[in-house]
Parts: sequence; structure tokens; C-alpha cells
Amino acid sequence: MRLAKSWIIASKDFAIFRKKRNVIYSILILPFLVSVLFPAVIAFAGRSGGRGIPATQLPILLPAFSFFYLILAGFLPTSIASYSIVGEKVEKSLEPLLATPTTDGEILLGKGISAFLPPIAAILVSSAVFMALMDLVTRDKLGYDFFPNWNAGVVLFLMVPLATILSVEWNVIISARVNDVRVAAQLGALLALPFAGIYVAGEVNLIPLGDPTNLLLVAGGLALMDALLLYVARATFRREEIMTKWK
Amino acid sequence: MIETKALTKKFEDLTAVDGVTLRVEAGDIFGLLGPNGAGKTTTVRILCCLISKTAGEARIADHVVGDEEDSLKIRKMIGFVPDNVGLYDNLSAYKNLDFYGKLYDCTEAQRKENIRRFLTMLGLWEKRDVDAGTFSKGMRQKLAIARALIHDPEVLFMDEPTANLDPESAKTVRDFILDLKKEGKTIFLNTHNLDEAQRICDKIGILNTKLMASGSPEELERSVSGRKTVVQLEQASNSILSALKELPLGNIAVDGNRLTIDVTNPEKENVAIVDAIVRSGGHIQSVIVVGSTLEDAYLKLVREAK
Repeated sequence: MRLAKSWIIASKDFAIFRKKRNVIYSILILPFLVSVLFPAVIAFAGRSGGRGIPATQLPILLPAFSFFYLILAGFLPTSIASYSIVGEKVEKSLEPLLATPTTDGEILLGKGISAFLPPIAAILVSSAVFMALMDLVTRDKLGYDFFPNWNAGVVLFLMVPLATILSVEWNVIISARVNDVRVAAQLGALLALPFAGIYVAGEVNLIPLGDPTNLLLVAGGLALMDALLLYVARATFRREEIMTKWK
Repeated sequence: MIETKALTKKFEDLTAVDGVTLRVEAGDIFGLLGPNGAGKTTTVRILCCLISKTAGEARIADHVVGDEEDSLKIRKMIGFVPDNVGLYDNLSAYKNLDFYGKLYDCTEAQRKENIRRFLTMLGLWEKRDVDAGTFSKGMRQKLAIARALIHDPEVLFMDEPTANLDPESAKTVRDFILDLKKEGKTIFLNTHNLDEAQRICDKIGILNTKLMASGSPEELERSVSGRKTVVQLEQASNSILSALKELPLGNIAVDGNRLTIDVTNPEKENVAIVDAIVRSGGHIQSVIVVGSTLEDAYLKLVREAK
């Protein structure tokens, strides 16, 4: 595996994404909204005449809010991955690409990098904004800065990358079956649903997301799913399969 | 340079390529002719190591097609112009070529030189910074050819390179292919344009799942049904026909005062034909020898296959 080849492919994809505003917006808008809206909800809840959210509830709510980034990790790569793979399929540019002296793994990794890095960058930047704003609006009530903390670190630096990888792999598998970028993105976004379920369970404290054990269990499940989908994605992204079975 | 032995590709129950044996010498232009669905694209895809073969052997310059290690070497030494050009519409012509140059491990200096060279040769240098998505079909086809040449490959595979092009663009592409031959490149051309094949190919293979025939355009023309002698008489008569029928000739077709006679060796047979007509009291206005065309050969072989 020659990483340089994969990076050439990813760099080409980045150059194309820079010209597709809808792809850029789809990656930037949602993380920005999350980073601003959640702190705003906490801030305005305290100003609406009532006492706002009790200080005892905040340590339950805030980890759940930060867990929302996992949903983004499942959702954000869909548009970029679908453009990266289904886009090539639609433009018929996969065939000449496959005729170059690159291995299937190098092309797949290149596509993976191009679908992985922009969402991760967007999530990390927006989560930094989120944590800073959240500390600003909860510091008085809690008496300390809630973020950063180890749980947020586990979510952002372990679970978010694992979920993003899962999303990329899922999109590779979907790309083999569809010929429309939008359909691929819609099907890809289905992966965010299980994460949304865990998020809701965290909000109602069914799965306490402030408990590091629960986070590590979810992370373990993600790692297992990553390994499984990697196997399927590699089997799907083979020259023979692409040339003869991809629709 | 390119050699296949009993090359076969099956897609489940469908046999797309059936026992094809062919040989292309270095520096030749080989044209693979055949109707739609004949297996031309499948053959090229196998040779370009894009899909596997089911049976048989194929080699390109001593590298074995199908061997994983050799496949990378083969892909490095060949250029491929697919049926669908598959350019990156959102990238400029220059960036399209530069990307492929990098994948072929060309240095920056090589990339710059080759991009300038091929875009200039194909008349696209002035458009180098324009997105490929805005190009006409002819320009896209030319850019795809430049892309296939960016690493200066020894062998070039082209799948229907002039399909859907206007006559002027098609001629530019054909002339460019002939220029590449002068540079010593081996070119494997898929086409169903008989005229194009006849004009530029050194050797032609007629494929209809099986390789029906292979040879130079002239050899294929001769292989069909020999040639015909057309005699225009002042007045055809039964005595002339009777005299001709006594000669060991092929079919004689009569159309008014014109006789069309199947001959195998007109240089010898025409002497006997003229002699027989004159002895029967006939007056000859003209004698013409007509050869069968590549189209005749192609249609005959394709129909036989059906």
C-alpha cells in the first residue's frame, strides 16, 4: 500500500469539492449550527422567566449534547463520500482511474481519506466552539468549566473518528448499488439513526453518557462494526466488481 | 508486444469472449472490429487488467495479464482511452492531466513537458485552464487521449476513439493516431468504423465473440470471395453466355449487357473470358476488375457467425 498514491487521489477529490459549494455547505452548516444552538438553548432557558435548567441536570445534558457530534460523524461524510464515489461513477471516471498503476486498496484509501478528513475537521473545529460557548453559559451555574473533560475527549477523539470511518465504509457499500448522488447521500444518512437513538437514550438518562464505561462500550461496538464493514467495503471495491457488477 | 491464446471471458452463462488468439507486433496499429456486443470492450478490459479472464492466456511485452504483480507493471506501460472518456468535469484540462501524471509517477518536469506537448499537439493548449466539463465532445475525446499518453506509454488501448465525433474531429484523432505510430507506439484500437480501420490499421481482427479472421486489410478483403470481373458488352447474347459457361469460372451474373463474373485469378482468367466473348462474336466495351471490400469481408464473417 503506497500512501502517496492514496493522497494523490484524495487531493484531487479535495480540489473538486472546493468547486462544489453544496458539498462545502453540507459539511459546514450543521456543525456550526450545533456548536451555536445548544449553548443558546441553555442560555435562553435561563432567561425565559423560570429558573432555567437546574445545575444538577447539566452534567446529564451536556455529555448528551457533546454526543450529538457522533450523529454528525455518521451523517456528514454521506454527501462527500457519495460525491467522491457515486460522482465518479456517474462521470464514468472510475474506469480510467482503475486503469492506472494503483491498487484497489490505494484507491479505496484515497476515497476514504477524502470523505474522512473534511467532516472530522469540521466536527473538531465546531466542537471547540461548542465547548467554549457551553462553558461560557454554564460556568456561573456549575461553578466550574464543564468542558473539556475526558468524556468529551473520548467522544471527539475516539468515537467520532470511528463513527466517521463507519459512515465512509457504509457509503462505499451503498455506492456500488446506486447511480444517483442524492440517493446515495440519503441512504448513507440512514447510518445516523442508531446514533440518534443512543443520543435520545442519553438525553433521558437511559444510557448515561457521562459514564466513561458506557462510552467505551459504544466505542467498542463501533470498532467492531468498522472492522466488519471494512471487510465488506473492500470486497465491494474491487476492480472486477466495479467493472462488472456496479450498477 | 500483445499476445493472447484462447482468451476467454464468461459472465455466468454468457460467453463474452470465446477463445481469442491474436498477436500484435510492436509498433503496429491493430484494429479490433466487430458489432455491438461482440466482446471488443471486454477484450480490451482484460488486456488492461481491469477485469479477469476466465480462461486462456494474455501477455503484454512478456508481462502476464492476470498476474497481480505483472498487472501493475502492465498498467504502468499502457495508456487507455475508454469508450466513455470519464474526465473530471470540475477540473481544468491541465489538472485532469496533472492528476494522472502523478498517479503514473511522472516527475513534475515530465508532467509539465508532456502536458504542454500533448495539449499543443491536440490543439487544446489554449484551453488548458478551462474546466473539462465545458468542453465539446471532440475536445473531451482529445483530452482523454492526452490523458492516456501523459506517461508516454509503449502501448495504447483505444475503445471507439472516434465514435460520435464530427468528421473533422475524427480526422484529427486519426491523424494523431498515425503520428503516434510514427513514434513507435503500439496501438490497439476497438472500432466498428470499417473505413477508419482500413485507413489506419496495419492489421485487423474481426471479432464476434470469437475471432472470425485476422490479417491486414488487404488480406481480409481477398479472403472473402476473391474478385469480380465486370464486362460491359455492346450486346449480350446466349452464345456468349454458353461460351463463358464452358470455362472454369465462378458465378456469372447478367444485368442487361453487363456480365459480372466471380474470378479467383483475374490476371489469367480475364484473357480466357475476353477470348471466349470475341470468338462468340461479342463486342466488348470495357473490362473492369472489382475487388471485394473490407465491408464485404466483415459482413460475410459476421453473418456466418450468426
